[in-house]
Amino acid sequence: MRKSRYFGLAVIVAVLLVLPLFLQNGFHYDLVIRMAINAVIVLGLNLLIGFAGQISLGHAGFIGIGAYASAILTSHFNWPPLAAMAAGAAAAGLLAALVARPIFKLKGHYLAMATLGLGFILAIAMKNEAAYTGGPDGMPVVPMSLAGWEIAGEKAWYWVMALVLSISVWASLNLIDSPFGRALRALHGSEVASQVVGVDVVRYKVAIFVMSAVFASIMGSVTAHYVGFVTPNVADFFHSIELVTMVVIGGMASVYGSVVGAVLLTALPQALATFEGWETVAFGAILMLCMIFLPKGLVPTLAAKLGRSE
Amino acid sequence: MPLLEVRQLSKVFGGVKAVQNVSFSIDAGIVYSVIGPNGAGKTTLFNLITGVYTPSEGEIVLDGENLAGKSPNELARRGVARTFQNLQVCMNMSALENVMVGAHLRLDRNLIKAALRFPGLAGRDRQLRQEAAELMAFVGLEKYVGSRADCMPYGALKRLEIARALAMKPRLLFLDEPAAGLNPKETLEVDELVRKVADSGVTVVLVEHDMKMVMNLSDRILVLDYGKKLAEGTGEEVRRNPDVIAAYLGAHA
Ligand SMILES: Nc1ncnc2c1ncn2[C@@H]1O[C@H](COP(=O)(O)OP(=O)(O)OP(=O)(O)O)[C@@H](O)[C@H]1O
Ligand SMILES: [Mg+2]
Repeated sequence: MRKSRYFGLAVIVAVLLVLPLFLQNGFHYDLVIRMAINAVIVLGLNLLIGFAGQISLGHAGFIGIGAYASAILTSHFNWPPLAAMAAGAAAAGLLAALVARPIFKLKGHYLAMATLGLGFILAIAMKNEAAYTGGPDGMPVVPMSLAGWEIAGEKAWYWVMALVLSISVWASLNLIDSPFGRALRALHGSEVASQVVGVDVVRYKVAIFVMSAVFASIMGSVTAHYVGFVTPNVADFFHSIELVTMVVIGGMASVYGSVVGAVLLTALPQALATFEGWETVAFGAILMLCMIFLPKGLVPTLAAKLGRSE
Repeated sequence: MPLLEVRQLSKVFGGVKAVQNVSFSIDAGIVYSVIGPNGAGKTTLFNLITGVYTPSEGEIVLDGENLAGKSPNELARRGVARTFQNLQVCMNMSALENVMVGAHLRLDRNLIKAALRFPGLAGRDRQLRQEAAELMAFVGLEKYVGSRADCMPYGALKRLEIARALAMKPRLLFLDEPAAGLNPKETLEVDELVRKVADSGVTVVLVEHDMKMVMNLSDRILVLDYGKKLAEGTGEEVRRNPDVIAAYLGAHA
């Protein structure tokens, strides 16, 4: 069981290496890139929801912060993209910490409510601050450049995201199997037990919330540069719900489940496009069926069927 | 100087005075038991001393330092460990990981270093697994070392909590009814285990309804009734105390 910890990662890396042989056009590449971006966000979100047992219903707000930090700082203020991305991540992390600290001292559903509200506020701010954000129409974003190398075209983005995703999976696997990760899972399993062995519960919850917000923000910046355009829809409530659904479908507290959930739900709307007008209904029906028949999510259910714990 | 000194400790829940003006002290190295009928305030007392509840009044002095009102993790830092009457095992983790969590404060808990798997951490982790497995063997759970917590029987989970507490390398260990719900054979095994723990140098505070076990293990006994201290002393003294006899007869009548 312990030896196979990185087995799934090896599979992911192998798939990412050979996948370009099967990608025939820009549309295919685009789909995979968006899957990878979502997978990284969902990895972070699953650490919060699945492993630590805390909910965020406003995570798209943090994606929006990253996306708009990159868009605004590079265009209005001529910042280099990486600096803008870092500033966005810092802002998202700081905001997450400010919101989370008081909330985590309370119990119950306050976090769900607060993150929900935060998401709405951020989305509204992005719509209303038209002078900077272009309002509901959005604004263009300059291409990403790293030390003079401009990342342009789907192929370049594919390899960048393949690398980022692989590293993120690796880091998540390391984290959950570390003293930090065990403390997170322990406070989910029994808060009082984790407290009496010395876990500073509030601090750990804040730390993982901040980390997931930073992940989301960085991926927001990446999305903005990759697409070359950003609209307030990135911070939309439905986007937040979509991300939570990816966590749940793939499997709570499952690193590989996060990737599977992101891949499937990113592909699903494309696959359902043939249903013309009924996509949303079909989407909802599939989600409901998953919830009923696979309440633990795909990967944990399959892992249990195959008789080994992940 | 005693290891732990509790002075005039009280806890009020709304109208219920769960613990009232209780004072006692515990010397290092002994087994100290707290007994009393259901609802007497034993668990509340444990919750107060381990920081889970904040006292309404009173002092909890450990090694000369008043720790009343400090959080559980601050008490853990000072070597206070406990188990729970109603199981508090993390069912989302393996048995071994539950024990490993007990070592939390002794480990490098840095998030970034963990995520990037800094050199040295993997070796430390292996060592910790080894230590945790040895602790599981110490409490008699060697056959569950590779097990998930949610696949273990009740009696084994009770001991798993003891192993987790021992992983803290505590000075003071509070056991809240470690034998509750166990059959006579298992109770005897827990009795032996508590003896072993005490012999290893840990000061043990025990709440237990099994009188044979209490009398067998305890150096001193505190009797609570309706939140108040009814008696305190050696087993013999307590057994002969007329108030104790009356309370127990009353409670069982
Ligand atoms: N969190 C709480 N809120 C309100 N009342 C409480 C709380 N915890 C305990 N009590 C009350 O305090 C009193 C003492 O309870 P406690 O659990 O400490 O008793 P106990 O001696 O451990 O009993 P038992 O032998 O049944 O475990 C009871 O009347 C109980 O209802
Ligand atoms: Mg009790």
